[in-house]
Amino acid sequence: MPTSQPSIVVEGLSKSYGDFKALDDITFQIQPGEIVGFLGPNGAGKTTTMKILTCFMAATSGSAKVMGLDVYTESHKARKKIGYLPESVPLYDDMYVYDYLEYMAELRGVPKAERKAAIKRAAELTGLTEMVSREIHELSKGYRQRVGLAQAIIHEPDVVILDEPTSGLDPNQILEIRDLIKKIGKEKTVIFSTHILQEVSAVCDRIIVINRGKIVADGTFDELSQMVVKGRRGVIVHLSSGEHEVGLREFEHVDEVIALEFPKFAYRLATESEDDVRRALVKWAAENNHDVLELRTYKPDLEETFRALTGELKEAEPASEHEETAGEAEVDS
Amino acid sequence: MKNIYFIWKKEVRGYFSSIVAYIVAVLFLLVTGALFWLSFFQEINVLSMRGFFNQAPLFLAFFAPAITMGLIASEKRAGTLQLLMTMPISDFQVVVGKYLASVTLLAVVFFVTLFYPATLSQLGDLDWGATMAGYVGLLLLGGTYSAIGIMASSWTKDQVVAILIAFSLCFFLYVIDQLAGQPTGGFAVAIQYMSSSFHFQNIARGVVDLRDVIYYLSVTVVCLIVAQASIASRRW
Repeated sequence: MPTSQPSIVVEGLSKSYGDFKALDDITFQIQPGEIVGFLGPNGAGKTTTMKILTCFMAATSGSAKVMGLDVYTESHKARKKIGYLPESVPLYDDMYVYDYLEYMAELRGVPKAERKAAIKRAAELTGLTEMVSREIHELSKGYRQRVGLAQAIIHEPDVVILDEPTSGLDPNQILEIRDLIKKIGKEKTVIFSTHILQEVSAVCDRIIVINRGKIVADGTFDELSQMVVKGRRGVIVHLSSGEHEVGLREFEHVDEVIALEFPKFAYRLATESEDDVRRALVKWAAENNHDVLELRTYKPDLEETFRALTGELKEAEPASEHEETAGEAEVDS
Repeated sequence: MKNIYFIWKKEVRGYFSSIVAYIVAVLFLLVTGALFWLSFFQEINVLSMRGFFNQAPLFLAFFAPAITMGLIASEKRAGTLQLLMTMPISDFQVVVGKYLASVTLLAVVFFVTLFYPATLSQLGDLDWGATMAGYVGLLLLGGTYSAIGIMASSWTKDQVVAILIAFSLCFFLYVIDQLAGQPTGGFAVAIQYMSSSFHFQNIARGVVDLRDVIYYLSVTVVCLIVAQASIASRRW
């Protein structure tokens, strides 16, 4: 990208369905060439954000720009810059793959002379070359997803927006689609949403965590883990019996001792200076002749990071249900 | 313009690559053909297409909703409408492209029925002027019913609901002049003016009056605008 202009600028974006706020004052920027993962539980506002960015619906307040074009006032121009794969992977079942891609290329404004090449390129990139003469209803879910992806990149958009591109696929297909996203991300700005954390850490340069319509975290995976790790890291020690538990509480720098449910007699010592604590533990065990079966430092894993970031999940549930119904009402009307 | 063409092309292809076009064509030809030959043999001394033009509007009230019911409703259900609405095309282009596709299918079916007047003209001197006026009327009427069908299709995800609404509206417009009977007061005349069959009978007599044309075109345009608005309302 020759310019340093951000691909996407979102400022103070809010969206309400009735009195329910699906999006509440969201602000972020995405630079060209970034692969950004929208992470959040269902109903957090990921899809709503994407629908606004793709000019499908209008925001209640705030603004969004794609490649410097406002999605509301310059919607027509902005749409040309975007490729979009909605969560439902909408395809015309009775069309041939080739005809479908041709139709999409036409509507996306690919000039006639370039259409054939564009279809070929998109089909090659998504591994559909063998499938173009099939009818769409014959395809497996993985191939349908590829057709959806091919459609999203057929006009060489600057920004590709993918809503849960891997949902409902088997593990092999998920890996294939992830590789594809990485491939696409080499040339374009990619935003995709997911509620699977491994996915974002595997594919994304950057993660934006959305919960209950707000951005709760924004950064690389390591940065996010750092945020969470504070107060959650520590040392895990596995003793042979429970009688010495009291001794563990005597150590310096240990804020808390928590007995784990499994294995028995294993404890997590919350601390920020793991090395000192470990050293002290080894010494303590040797001096008192205690058996130490296991001793390791502990950092929250992906799942725990996710839970911590979207920590208010339990409270959020009624609200997210509300959004589901609001979303459906909107579709039905 | 180009975008309308792309939508039109896709829908016309869809009609002819699926069974829909053929079922509609065959049924329409069977029903109107049966009625045509029936009146042909009953009034063998009269060389006219009146039997055909008297019956066709009623069947159009059913066939036009049948070919338009899925145009928007099925796209809503499949979610493809959502994708279509993020394309660099306007909602109105989508509606008009689909509308023109349904009119195209009707035109093709009407074209096949030209077989009837062609047969008649072998027997004697057929009034081609009146016949062609009748066909213009059929196209106008079919177009109006298609627009009603598309409007109904834009209101729901369910094709059955769409065809029921559209058929009810078309049928209502078809019979409403019979409610007025012999119009005497201003109100009755107004009701008669709303009737689609009243205007059709005018044209089928061989007189293409601007008032009748304006009636059909205005109903068509209103329905298409309502359809466009109902798609666009999903944006809010």
